[in-house]
Amino acid sequence: MTKPERGRSLLRFASPQHFYPLAGRLAPWFAAIAILLTAIGLWLGFFVAPTDATQGQVYRVIFIHVPAAWMSMFIYLVMAFWSAVGLVMNTRLSFVMSQALAPTGAMFCFVALWTGALWGKPTWGAYWVWDARLTSQLLLLFLYFGFIALTRAIEDPRRADRAGAIIALVGAVNVPIIYFSVQWWNTLHQGASVSLTKAPSMAATMLTGMLVMAFASWAYTLAVVFWRVRPMILERERHTEWVAAELERAGASSQAAGGRA
Amino acid sequence: MKARSKRLMLVGGGVALLVAAVALVLSAFQQNLVFFHTPTEIAEGKAPTGKTFRVGGMVEEGSIAREPDGVTVRFAITDTAKVIPVTYKGTLPDLFKEGKGAVVQGKLENGVFRATEVLAKHDENYMPPEAAHAVEQAQKAATTLSQ
Amino acid sequence: MGQWESWSAFWDMGGAAFYVWGSYGLTFALIALELVLVFQRRKDTVQRLLRWRRAVGKDSVKRNGEGYTPAMESEQ
Repeated sequence: MTKPERGRSLLRFASPQHFYPLAGRLAPWFAAIAILLTAIGLWLGFFVAPTDATQGQVYRVIFIHVPAAWMSMFIYLVMAFWSAVGLVMNTRLSFVMSQALAPTGAMFCFVALWTGALWGKPTWGAYWVWDARLTSQLLLLFLYFGFIALTRAIEDPRRADRAGAIIALVGAVNVPIIYFSVQWWNTLHQGASVSLTKAPSMAATMLTGMLVMAFASWAYTLAVVFWRVRPMILERERHTEWVAAELERAGASSQAAGGRA
Repeated sequence: MKARSKRLMLVGGGVALLVAAVALVLSAFQQNLVFFHTPTEIAEGKAPTGKTFRVGGMVEEGSIAREPDGVTVRFAITDTAKVIPVTYKGTLPDLFKEGKGAVVQGKLENGVFRATEVLAKHDENYMPPEAAHAVEQAQKAATTLSQ
Repeated sequence: MGQWESWSAFWDMGGAAFYVWGSYGLTFALIALELVLVFQRRKDTVQRLLRWRRAVGKDSVKRNGEGYTPAMESEQ
């Protein structure tokens, strides 16, 4: 192994032993960023952004609906990416990453559907319609549930990893379908207000509030996924010496906290 | 390294095949994925006849009229090329307005669409009322100038 | 108050209070639930793995940390 020094120092974090403490150190920072950005985003969304000319105040659901919908699609793509890396490179940490992401992705997917229903009733006149956008987003929720159920149901971790990775990769096809559904077919759901190809069709303060909330949900996802992946790594690596040492430390500190030391 | 690139090709090939399969299925079911038809499509005979379907477009300016019974509403849905007259009994969504988008569900009978459900379709533009008012004024000015 | 004439106008959300607060309420409830579950899982995993190590430790002396004796087992 004669690799350049810089490459080795970055690749170091691909090993569970080095990634575990890094995740533990980073998570609180991302949590703090998430809290700060959420506070700013909510202030912009509720106190700076004006009411909408057509929809009135109810449009303020957008400050969670759109970030949650973006996040639900993005997290699934990241899961598919780690699954592909895992299948190709045979790196087990990649599979663990995709499994740590799934519950948060499912949560955002459910939030997008729920807030969409509560927004649809007063604006469209219906909580739910079977148009292409809503149906494909519901399919995404079922893909998340399927992934979580399958990876937890299979006892052998190697087989669970592979089965989950296949669902993640197959299901990733649904993400561009969700995104482009409003362009490809006539849908009740309106088109994108923010996209890479045209200027956003939103007032500046509304847009800023929405983007700040989107960054807040990124930071939240990083924090909660880093927290979730740590015990998963301990479990996978339980036969190693470093986990033994880590458990001694964790066990001692939890006893100290319980006043039994 | 050889086994790794073989797996990469397998995974990549699998995903490519899958994308192709999904594209085929979607294009085959194109009709069923469409939530509504436009008045032009109906005029061209592309909409299903004799069964319930949806028409979407803009509520034509000045077309909303209430029947003397107080519950029946008449209006017209247009895509600027063709117009479909609609009758509907029931409550309309708040955002249902002339010049705004709407999707109606029902049946076509003798050239009149009997709606059983009316949904408002709003667009992707979000702006404060003052800005909306300014846009409206500018549009009015533009149409007066062009006349 | 920025966009609002009063706090009651704020809570009323132009008559859309149910839809707006229903959206925000459920979202933050789910986030709180997710965080509780994540920390619960960490605690459970550490305790389960500690028990597992002790159980294994009886058979495989090699894995024992220094100073480990079966007597410590009964204290736990």
